[in-house]
Amino acid sequence: MAEKRVLELALATPGVDAAGNATRVPLVAAASDANGPEMRTDHMLINIGPQHPATHGVLRLVVELDGEVVVRVIPHIGYLHSGFEKLGEYRHYNQIIPLTDRTDYLSAPANNVAFALAAEQLMGIEITERCKVLRVIACELSRIISHLVWAGTTAIDIGAFTVFLWMFQERERVYNLIEEWTGARLTTTLTRVGGLMADVPDGWTGRLREWCRKFPKTLDEVDRMLLRNGIWLGRTQDVGVMSAAEAIDYSLSGPMLRASGVAFDVRKDHPYLGYETYDFEVPVGEHGDVYDRYLVRMEEMRQSVRILLQALDRLPDGPINASDPRVILPPKQRLMSDMESMIHHFKQVMEGVPAPVGEVYLPVENPKGELGTYLVSDGSAKPVRWRIRPPSFLNIAALPKMAEGHLLSDLIAINASVDIVMGEIDR
Amino acid sequence: MSDAPNPSVAALRARFGAAVQRSAVVSGATIVWLARDRAHEVLAWLRDAPGERYDYLVDVTAVEYRDRERPLEVVYQLRSLARNVQLRVKIELPKDAALEVDSVVDLWNGANWLERETYDMFGVRFRGHPDLRRLLMWETYSEGYPLRKDFPLRGRFSRSEQVRRALGADLSAHYSMEELSIAEAYDSLPAEVRERLAAGREGGKS
Repeated sequence: MAEKRVLELALATPGVDAAGNATRVPLVAAASDANGPEMRTDHMLINIGPQHPATHGVLRLVVELDGEVVVRVIPHIGYLHSGFEKLGEYRHYNQIIPLTDRTDYLSAPANNVAFALAAEQLMGIEITERCKVLRVIACELSRIISHLVWAGTTAIDIGAFTVFLWMFQERERVYNLIEEWTGARLTTTLTRVGGLMADVPDGWTGRLREWCRKFPKTLDEVDRMLLRNGIWLGRTQDVGVMSAAEAIDYSLSGPMLRASGVAFDVRKDHPYLGYETYDFEVPVGEHGDVYDRYLVRMEEMRQSVRILLQALDRLPDGPINASDPRVILPPKQRLMSDMESMIHHFKQVMEGVPAPVGEVYLPVENPKGELGTYLVSDGSAKPVRWRIRPPSFLNIAALPKMAEGHLLSDLIAINASVDIVMGEIDR
Repeated sequence: MSDAPNPSVAALRARFGAAVQRSAVVSGATIVWLARDRAHEVLAWLRDAPGERYDYLVDVTAVEYRDRERPLEVVYQLRSLARNVQLRVKIELPKDAALEVDSVVDLWNGANWLERETYDMFGVRFRGHPDLRRLLMWETYSEGYPLRKDFPLRGRFSRSEQVRRALGADLSAHYSMEELSIAEAYDSLPAEVRERLAAGREGGKS
């Protein structure tokens, strides 16, 4: 079996040294002869999940333990498998959008946007300026609500309860805004191919601006709680480290990739929705540990607020839907008075919108990483293949690599730092 | 969006000749079809050659067309982070032969779960994969491969048959061989279960 590992534990009274690192003492000496072979015990196999609060959904981990050290982790997924990709082959493009809500259900608007963009590229539809800006707002609000859940639940896993309450309070405020806009809170089904299901209501932009003004204060308060907190540093620094080369090798994406020092952000490197015209920074970590992932996500929320304010400043007037009768339904008023509009509406709803033969892979920067939508069309109104490239699927696949050799309690912190959502992993 | 093909295509043709079957530009993205038997060699070159450096594997999946005559395709989305270039590589697998292709886990570790999922959903076997087990479906799932076009949307078995199988399933089958060996529980299993697990056979308790 593997050699004895060096264990480190934060001091009973945690502190921070001059360099800002948590003070740590070795718990077990590195030399294995000191303890002798008689100290070795049998390895224990324990099963965590699929019903366990610390696994963030129906993730099941079979863990081999040597004492308290994780020797091996074998993740099992699929408990939430719903066959979305198969269902998509039997649905019109607009009918797939409600399914995208249920993949990463913590950032539904961003998934809606991702799918609509891919379908529009496949069909060659140009969306309006107002629609683009509103979609940017939807994407950035999604990033914030997803990161808020991440920060709250991770803090709970590591033992800080207050952060959870503060974060969920802010999330509630965003959900109220989303509810005003779409009528739904969790499963928004915000986009349509070629546009949006609704424009924002009167006064909404003002309320969003007001929220953007207050929200960074909450982030600062959370930072004051955690940034230099000895317990937090001890539990997160040098835990679950992925080097830049390893992160690339394991196809990590999003904050996981950037915390390891790889400055790749789809919004910057393959811009969509005009992201190249917004002024924002991409935070990049240095050590690739749980702490850097925390720093990266906190900064991403601040940058999202910057993007939101710019989007509100430039939000143009005009229609939200493309003027393309192939995909956009006629207005309800004309539908009731005009025979041709009625036929048009009926045909579009019953037969769907055929997409030309071809295929598209469109990546977007979702809160959890790169969400890719791969659509293959054979010319009919239903895709031949709708593939979701789920970011947290690939991120959690690296969990054994990150957790092996750490303590069992670190496994929980590492798993939390990945920010998984099982709806997306199992689809 | 331009219609010019990715320059990697010309480099591939110059170096590998007939291993590059054809290429196309679809919606601005370059697609290269590779011969199955040389695909691993070509992908390794794409990863390592100084002018290419496709170091990031974005996705591995498969596509089956509604036209039954068309071969199944395994699709790799590659990206060079340094050059910020993307390339889509496809391998055609005719349906009258075994659906097999060389694994690329030795090139990109990220391929591990992606290939397992493709195996699970399409039945494509990846030769040389270190741990080719079902991923989203359970290990003894016996209805076939859900994303194949001949797989009915509601599953192969009736609801009552599914319930019967679920209730009759052997719980030990929900642990993999690897896990059972860690727990040293393998030897205490009934001979019939041991035999089935050792053979890697699918199917519930019959």
